[in-house]
Amino acid sequence: MREMIVKGIRIDDTFAEAFNMRATAVIITADSAHWARQAAVTMTGFGTSVIGCGCEAGIDGELSPRETPDRRPGIRVLLFAVSTSELQRQLQNRVAQCVLTTPGSACYAGLEGEEALKLGNALRFFGDGWQISKRFAGKHYWRVPVMDGEFVCEAATGLTKGAVGGGNLLIMGREPRMTLAAAEAAVDAIDAVPDVIMPFPGGIVRSGSKVGSKYKASASTNEAYCPTLRGAVKSALGPEIGSVLEIVIDGLTSTAVAAAMRAGLAAMIKLGPKQGAVRIGAGNYGGKLGPHHFHLKDLLP
Amino acid sequence: MKPLVLTMRAIPDERLDLSPLVPHRLSGKTASEIAKLDLQTGRQRITVGDIFRVRGGDVQSVRLEGATDRLDQIGQDMAGGEIVVDGDVGNQAGRSMTGGRLVINGNAGRWAASGMRGGQMEITGAAGDLLGGPLAGEVAGMRGGVVVVRGDVGERAGDRLRRGTIVVEGRAGARAGSCMIAGTLIVRRAAGPLPGYLMRRGTVVLAGGCDELSPTFLDCGVHDLVALRLMAAFVKGHSAPAASALRAPLRRLAGDMAVLGKGEIFCSDE
Repeated sequence: MREMIVKGIRIDDTFAEAFNMRATAVIITADSAHWARQAAVTMTGFGTSVIGCGCEAGIDGELSPRETPDRRPGIRVLLFAVSTSELQRQLQNRVAQCVLTTPGSACYAGLEGEEALKLGNALRFFGDGWQISKRFAGKHYWRVPVMDGEFVCEAATGLTKGAVGGGNLLIMGREPRMTLAAAEAAVDAIDAVPDVIMPFPGGIVRSGSKVGSKYKASASTNEAYCPTLRGAVKSALGPEIGSVLEIVIDGLTSTAVAAAMRAGLAAMIKLGPKQGAVRIGAGNYGGKLGPHHFHLKDLLP
Repeated sequence: MKPLVLTMRAIPDERLDLSPLVPHRLSGKTASEIAKLDLQTGRQRITVGDIFRVRGGDVQSVRLEGATDRLDQIGQDMAGGEIVVDGDVGNQAGRSMTGGRLVINGNAGRWAASGMRGGQMEITGAAGDLLGGPLAGEVAGMRGGVVVVRGDVGERAGDRLRRGTIVVEGRAGARAGSCMIAGTLIVRRAAGPLPGYLMRRGTVVLAGGCDELSPTFLDCGVHDLVALRLMAAFVKGHSAPAASALRAPLRRLAGDMAVLGKGEIFCSDE
């Protein structure tokens, strides 16, 4: 594999291979930013990978009261899934169990997509006949009586079929502390990019996987990037690499994923090899599976 | 582009039907063709040119100058564009509108916005009885759009309202929101007796209270609801005074229990 050196960091001449996904977005508001975030964190929990969670979910960003429909603090949440039906199921279950239940919360559409997913139209039945329909300015809301007042929920939210899942960066460092520092710097930078999420814990995944397994599993550990197996397998790691972390990026558009990867790369290069990563790569399947190829050389600052 | 201007020459002897003078029905017509359109409601033929001086312009923007309350059905079936009327108008202004903007710089008669389905209507003066209400034989009144009346309204404003929003900045007569099916009626000043009479669903906001409330409305306490914030944000674009009335916690009364009882009246806690 050819490589480039940028400010002392080796950049693999490779690309991240990403896939088309279905995605939606909702805006969660509450009386305080704390409770809006609490609802969003709960809703996006156990939403790291479609392999085991049904969807990939995360927080896109905070919204000021001026940016939300009810003028309260808000959070925009993105959900990604492989099919419309699974996305609908995940959206409905997560909003019902995690947002409806949060004190003072309300939930609104966060995306104007080509198609619609049921939001309040599915949750209104919790009102058991006492729910109230309201339409203002072309928007349809449901008011569901709950024990602290009313849960207000927009009837539907948008769906996009042009979302992209699987943008990624492989961050390689001399030892775990420095690798984590580089990954954290990248996560902080990507956080500021709109329309993307990093669905893994804190935006970072330490258990990157390959397709298939010697057992009956769809995915298993990516031994080529496990430093403890360097001498035992066909390793992708040189002797200087002691730890590898990955950032996975899902975005509403291909452009958003590219912007996020660019921001992450720039942050890690700025941090430098002495405090952070000594090498940055990306994961792919040879380019034959995913239609979106994000070449690192095209994303360098 | 300049609007099409119709200036009244003389007050007509009979009531006139101005429903032909809406943008989509005037589209493609010259000023002379417009002047030949019939407006009569009786046996004697009366054309636009008999009553108005016509100055040609963009038919998507119609201006009526010197209007009187003998002009009925202004803006009927209007689907887009804008009509601005200077002066009073008769009955059924904005009847069955589906889009566009109708502004009446004066008073309106009965059944203004009757059967309205979309668009915006503003009456800077007062409106007569049955604002947004159905005509005889119809099962529902207004079904969409926004109506703002800067002055007072007569009896049974929002009668059988099915959808849409009516804002009254002044006072409302007796039985405001009678037989409402859904939708929203906001009255900023005092309302007459028995608001929400036989309403099934929908929301009536009485920022200025009312003369007499039916005992079939049940007190559900004072609440500061998110839905009222949404309502205020929407209404603010049409009426800042009405929006301000929605920002304080309001008392919720459920009713009318004489019928379905899924409606609500919000009123000040004072």
